[in-house]
Amino acid sequence: MISHLRTMWLVFIHLFRKKATIEYPEEKVELHPRYRGRIVLTKDPDGGERCVGCYLCAVACPVDCIALQATEDENGRRYPDFFRINFSRCIFCGYCEEACPTYAIQLIPDFEMAEYNRQNLVFEKEDLLIDSQGKYPGYNFYRVAGLEAGVKKKGEGEHEEKPVDVHSLLP
Amino acid sequence: MSTIFIDNKQYEVKAGKNLLEACLGVGIDLPYFCWHPALGSVGACRQCAVKVFRDENDTQGRLVMSCMEGIRDGLHLSVNDKTAKAFRSQVIEWLMTNHPHDCPVCDEGGSCHLQDMTVMTGHDYRRYHFKKRTYTNQYLGPFIHHEMNRCIQCYRCVRYYHEYAGGKDLNVFAAHNHVYFGRERDGVLESPFSGNLVEVCPTGVFTDKTLREHYTRKWDLTTAPSVCHHCAVGCNTIAGERYGQLRCITNRYNSQVNGYFLCDRGRFGYEFVNSENRITQPIIRNQAVEAVDETSLLEHLRTLLTNHTVIGIGSPRASMESNIALMQLVGRENFYQGISDNEVFVERRIEEVMQSGVIKAASLQDIQHSDAIVILGEDIWNTAPVMALAVRQGVMKTAAQHALENRAIAEWHDAAVKEIVQQEKGFLANCTIGASPLDEISSSIIHKAPEDLARLGFAIAQRLNTVLPAVQLNDEMSTQAAIIAAALQKAKRPVIISGAGLYNEALIRAAFDIAAACKATATEVHLAYVMPECNSMGLAMMQASGFENAVLRASRAKNVAAIVLENDLYRNMPAQITDVFFNNCQHCIVLDSLNNATTQHADVLIPAASFAEGDGTLVNYEGRAQRFYQVFVPANKNMQESWKWLMKMRLIQSGAAIDKPCHPEEVLMMGEQLLPQLKGISTAAPRRDFRVNGQALPREPHRYSGRTAMLANLAVSEPKPKQDGDSPFTFTMEGYSGMPPSPLIPFFWSPGWNSIQAVNKYQEEPGGSLKNEHAGKLLFEYKRDATPVYFKDIPEAFVVRTDKWLLLPQYEIFGSEELSVYSKGISERSPAAYIAMSALDADQMSLVNGSLITVKIFEQLYELPVRIHANIPKGVVLMPSGLPGVPAMAWNSWVQIISIKL
Ligand code: SF4
Ligand code: SF4
Ligand code: SF4
Ligand code: SF4
Ligand code: FES
Repeated sequence: MISHLRTMWLVFIHLFRKKATIEYPEEKVELHPRYRGRIVLTKDPDGGERCVGCYLCAVACPVDCIALQATEDENGRRYPDFFRINFSRCIFCGYCEEACPTYAIQLIPDFEMAEYNRQNLVFEKEDLLIDSQGKYPGYNFYRVAGLEAGVKKKGEGEHEEKPVDVHSLLP
Repeated sequence: MSTIFIDNKQYEVKAGKNLLEACLGVGIDLPYFCWHPALGSVGACRQCAVKVFRDENDTQGRLVMSCMEGIRDGLHLSVNDKTAKAFRSQVIEWLMTNHPHDCPVCDEGGSCHLQDMTVMTGHDYRRYHFKKRTYTNQYLGPFIHHEMNRCIQCYRCVRYYHEYAGGKDLNVFAAHNHVYFGRERDGVLESPFSGNLVEVCPTGVFTDKTLREHYTRKWDLTTAPSVCHHCAVGCNTIAGERYGQLRCITNRYNSQVNGYFLCDRGRFGYEFVNSENRITQPIIRNQAVEAVDETSLLEHLRTLLTNHTVIGIGSPRASMESNIALMQLVGRENFYQGISDNEVFVERRIEEVMQSGVIKAASLQDIQHSDAIVILGEDIWNTAPVMALAVRQGVMKTAAQHALENRAIAEWHDAAVKEIVQQEKGFLANCTIGASPLDEISSSIIHKAPEDLARLGFAIAQRLNTVLPAVQLNDEMSTQAAIIAAALQKAKRPVIISGAGLYNEALIRAAFDIAAACKATATEVHLAYVMPECNSMGLAMMQASGFENAVLRASRAKNVAAIVLENDLYRNMPAQITDVFFNNCQHCIVLDSLNNATTQHADVLIPAASFAEGDGTLVNYEGRAQRFYQVFVPANKNMQESWKWLMKMRLIQSGAAIDKPCHPEEVLMMGEQLLPQLKGISTAAPRRDFRVNGQALPREPHRYSGRTAMLANLAVSEPKPKQDGDSPFTFTMEGYSGMPPSPLIPFFWSPGWNSIQAVNKYQEEPGGSLKNEHAGKLLFEYKRDATPVYFKDIPEAFVVRTDKWLLLPQYEIFGSEELSVYSKGISERSPAAYIAMSALDADQMSLVNGSLITVKIFEQLYELPVRIHANIPKGVVLMPSGLPGVPAMAWNSWVQIISIKL
């Protein structure tokens, strides 16, 4: 009996506590930057597509909902020819972001993706690519890679020596 | 066998091997770079360190390179020793100080030996913060992409390209910590075996340029075991598909056939499958709407097949199933080989010799282990490239064995062996019409007209077995015959190679006579006849008559409907003859995968599946039946295996309903009943209901990605996976994930081994046969005690004619094969038409290289640039065979030179 009364009392005093729920959608939730919501493809500081089409996100994805095809421009820069995420399968685990070696794929704090038609949850590159660096500003993979892809010449990247002179026998 | 102790555990290992091989052989993961089972050890990379102890009481031990240390009975070693482990991870760390940050954009990634070894040693964090060395790259031609920054200086590329394959234009340049692996300057890699660099190089320095065009990681490929369709050797391959396109061909190890290596035609010739020129739609010509669906096509065929005399033209490049299905449909007496009578005649002789069982057919393995090789009249460098590579190994290995006699040096000690061998070579006699790169390693080089080569052959046989009739030869030839005969007499495992390339039957007989005569002195004699196409031997075994008979038949009989199976008749026969055939046939039904001159004449054109889209069996030059498996189901349902179409036609012809599907085994069993000589062909591979623990075998690795997205643009609900009733494979990643039996290996993978080097895990011992190897089914039975019946009719010597030249074919590794030229890289490497003649003849007419001459061949005029070759015999001209756009010639006919433009 005592315990019942105690419970009712506790419920009663909660009426005067601060509300945890909000009046969504009139009122918006505040999400942490690391919240794993909508997936985007970002651009590097030079405005180029960050994704190099390495397929690591696709292979990391536990539900296999990423499909892409890598291609190359005339400078040898790799980028995805198409990049598709089937959000009706995505579980927002963030593994793709973790796997991505170029910071291209990022999960951002936006979850408002509901659709009436499941087919509309299939996003192509045009739907995913945003004109921003997202959460990780300042990184351009092609500056640190050894590959020459129209971003820097051989030997001009970070931590690179001038190319070896093959005709030299000097130490 | 020796007993050794690895980390105090006792193992029985094969004596004569090195410790690295021993460890890998018993399943211990030990990292390595520079050692390769086919190349031996040089101890260059220092990656394979282990600790070796003096005896069981020694606790100190010493670090050694396991690849450089032989097995000793009772030896104690430790792989897990702390110092050894630390040493190995430091070596990787050093290698990595200069390694670029490239994995995401490196085509090796996911099948990279360096990645695997780095993970294996546990090096996972970069501590070195100084600058990295860089290199500029080279253009190496249409097949190989170069990215020199990724090199770890293991020297495998040069050792393979230079020493194993005999290429000259790839080498190591510069010095000490900045050595460079490439060419002297940018340019196409000349060796036709350059593609193997992709697999030999443990890093992404050399990668497949054709794959780059539609790059896919190894884990994303749907793969199936396949057999190369670009020559009669029948190398085993793995073909990979993604998004409905064939993406790449890699080697499928097999100890009997190709071992570790393919030729560039086989590796890069696959792109014809994705060609724009594919036939995609069944067509009935001469009606208002030509494109039809399957039902109306079959309806139309029903009338055609029941109202006409139906004859079938088989094909040397179609599978056994398709040829058998066609023979079954039209009846044995109405089935013709779609090749010229001349060719049928030569191949019939080859088949008869092999069928007699007197001499064993030579596998490539036999050739590699042979101690004397005679090539009689076949340009194997161009017609059977990987056989030429095997011949080179035979020559090199014999020299090494001579060098090692009475020396306590192991065979795998590559650098030491090379040092002793120097320029020594085993015996090879290259007796052909023109020069080939094999001349460089030949002890006897003879370039003569076909008849003279045959006479030389008979003379050699006569010297080995004096009962045979003598041959009159000039002094030079007679000395050569004596030299070759002497070498063969000493040999224990001689191999004689000839082939159908020159359309000369005397050569076939001469080669047989030599081999038969060798039997008296040798322990084992092997004989190989190179056939023109991937299934020429299979077709020859069906023993049908040639195309000229079909032409006759069509012109005599009224009302003939011909079914042409995957065969461009204009490539095999001069156009005049083929035109007569098409004019006389009432109807012509053509099944093929690519449009060509023959398909233009089809009244009914039916799209056929290529090797990647269908199942089938090929019989290689040695009579080895090997199964290739469907890689993917094409989106276009019209592309079906020819044998499926033909079996359907058979049903509708007999008025039955097409109710239940038919499978390759059933067709093969039908073939066995029809033709007893094919006995056993249906057992070439496990049956389609083969299962391991009740599970089918997946075509996709367990990491296959994108399953729920790749087709989501079409429909968001995933379709039901495609079913395969014809083989033990599934089209998904579901199924048995262990090691399948050898003919059913769709990809090589083992935990920790993602690169092609995983093949170690599939072998009995490194470089040995696969576990439970079943390398196809040999259809010719060797009869040890069969007494040879020698051929004694010797052809007349070749006589040079005035103002007339004997026309013979010159084969081109890139260009002469029909399908591979539809690949961009191959067509880029294929030469333009030319006419080659001897320097003596050219001098007489004061021709220079590139002079244009007009020749008359059977009333047809051709204007061609001249190529002058010092080695071609006088009185002979050579023209490239089978180049696209160059019509079929009447080989062995006499041509006139009409005019000359200098
Ligand atoms: S992991 Fe990153 S770079 Fe690689 S394919 Fe995915 S998004 Fe592109
Ligand atoms: S060679 Fe291997 S380790 Fe080096 S970048 Fe390529 S994939 Fe990575
Ligand atoms: S290019 Fe490749 S095979 Fe050649 S030395 Fe470098 S890593 Fe080794
Ligand atoms: S040798 Fe012949 S079978 Fe082997 S890969 Fe080359 S073309 Fe193909
Ligand atoms: S593999 Fe032994 S030193 Fe390279």
